[in-house]
Amino acid sequence: MHPAFSVIFLTTLIGIGQGLFLALYTGQVYALANLIPVQESLGFYAIGSLVALLFLVLGLISSVFHLGRPERAWRAVTMWRTSWLSREVIVLPLFMFLVFLYGVIHFYGWTQPLFTVADTLAVDLSLIIGFMASIAAFALFVCTAMIYASLKFLQEWHTPLTVLNYTLLGLASGFMFAAAFSAYVSLGLVSLFGTWAVIFTLLGAISRAASLVRNRNLRDKYGLRTAIGVRHPTLKQLSQGFMGGAFNTREFFHGRTPAALRLIKVFFMLAVFPLPIALLATAYILESSSLPIAAFALQYLGLIAERWYFFAEAKHPQNIYYQSMA
Amino acid sequence: MTQLALVIDLNVCVGCHACVTSCKEWNSSGWAGPLPDERPYDADPSGVFFNRVQTFEVGCFPNTETVHFPKSCLHCEDPPCVPVCPTGASYKREDNGIVLVDYDKCIGCKYCAWACPYGAREIDAKNKVMKKCTLCVDRVTDESLPESERKPACVLACPTSARIFGDIHDPDSAASVAIREQGGYQLQPEWGTQPANHYLPRRRSQMQIHEDELIRADNPLRKEEVEMPIEQGDTLDDVAW
Repeated sequence: MHPAFSVIFLTTLIGIGQGLFLALYTGQVYALANLIPVQESLGFYAIGSLVALLFLVLGLISSVFHLGRPERAWRAVTMWRTSWLSREVIVLPLFMFLVFLYGVIHFYGWTQPLFTVADTLAVDLSLIIGFMASIAAFALFVCTAMIYASLKFLQEWHTPLTVLNYTLLGLASGFMFAAAFSAYVSLGLVSLFGTWAVIFTLLGAISRAASLVRNRNLRDKYGLRTAIGVRHPTLKQLSQGFMGGAFNTREFFHGRTPAALRLIKVFFMLAVFPLPIALLATAYILESSSLPIAAFALQYLGLIAERWYFFAEAKHPQNIYYQSMA
Repeated sequence: MTQLALVIDLNVCVGCHACVTSCKEWNSSGWAGPLPDERPYDADPSGVFFNRVQTFEVGCFPNTETVHFPKSCLHCEDPPCVPVCPTGASYKREDNGIVLVDYDKCIGCKYCAWACPYGAREIDAKNKVMKKCTLCVDRVTDESLPESERKPACVLACPTSARIFGDIHDPDSAASVAIREQGGYQLQPEWGTQPANHYLPRRRSQMQIHEDELIRADNPLRKEEVEMPIEQGDTLDDVAW
């Protein structure tokens, strides 16, 4: 497939937004359990929600560039019964709205307990809205990934590992941003978010490596023999029927050499997984406040390459009809 | 239920591209149009086509055969492009099984093209919507046309009658008979999309001629030296009255 930067930015940016929100909510749950000191509502949760919302809006804006007719995008909510893309179009604004509500609740400090469960757990409005937003965040990971994983002819994508990768890499980059953000505003939460970022990055490394191994061992289920229905061992295309360009020759070919693809794979395998972890570990030892930011920036750069490779790696069955121009 | 479809005879197709040009002409000016071209007379031209004719070589030189392969939307009975559409612009007609795009609802997200294993859909870069073969729905359903012209433009243009149009759910239609009796098959059946369009395979057409069929035993002029087991005497033609 030809990787579209609109979709690359959409999936990576909303991944950070989702992960960042889940990091904020994790912080709230930790504070509730008295594992970390209670954070100041306005500075931490409200600004954090605003930043998460910013990432989601940026993702939404970049997705518009993928559409031919963005003015009709509202129609995309209609086919949620069958289309994962339609489900994503519903869940993304819903999640954004819940994150917005969560931020507003913390901004105005509406965090008086509504009721107490078992005399210990004080439930306030932000905890309820945050819980709903967390469910929406995971639902959004599933919707985004299932857009690709549900296409059964694209065997490289048609695996549960796609959903796992999108979820884990979104979580890793979101918690990495939370760590970088905490370091930047010198909150005492760098080690909490940093630890989770390392855990999610490690899990993501395992699942992404598993999908790379799986895809390397894939054998095409189709071939030219069934594509044109001529059962002969020796077949080749003489002409694709036209000498110019077409949608079919642009949309489904990445047009890069195998060497370039390998280079991008090596780059993202380093930049997404081991290097940010090494930077975070160094930051922990040196108590540096700038290295977590560098770790996030490097991982995001790597994630762009990772998403590019994800698209380029998928071989569309239609390409078999476009092997020779003339 | 009716399922209109094409049956394309690869044994007959000569690869003349008449179906390609007549499709382009009809659909540029009809209901599905326009089918814009970009830079048609410049370097790197590009354009939208519903139908292409490709050419494949079968076998190793010198024992090769050339197969011309017309390729368009197959109007699958279980079309993978329809359920993925987020807006419902991509749909399959209930009454005749043709898979169509509603150009007023399409948002140009290209997801349907990704979901089609045959590469049958092409984006119209000018109008920013997805386009595809309509099986000339505006011709085949137009009752003001005489019955013989209610066929897709490609079928009417084919000089060798390699394209048969009909309802493949009607066992007595010309299309169904051709599929049944001449080994009609579907493309990439492994995906379970059940394409409605079928192809008829290449067939070896050979006449068996025995030697005794080349000579006339009763040749009156005896041009060939035929030895008959017994003297035949004069034939009727030899006798002058």
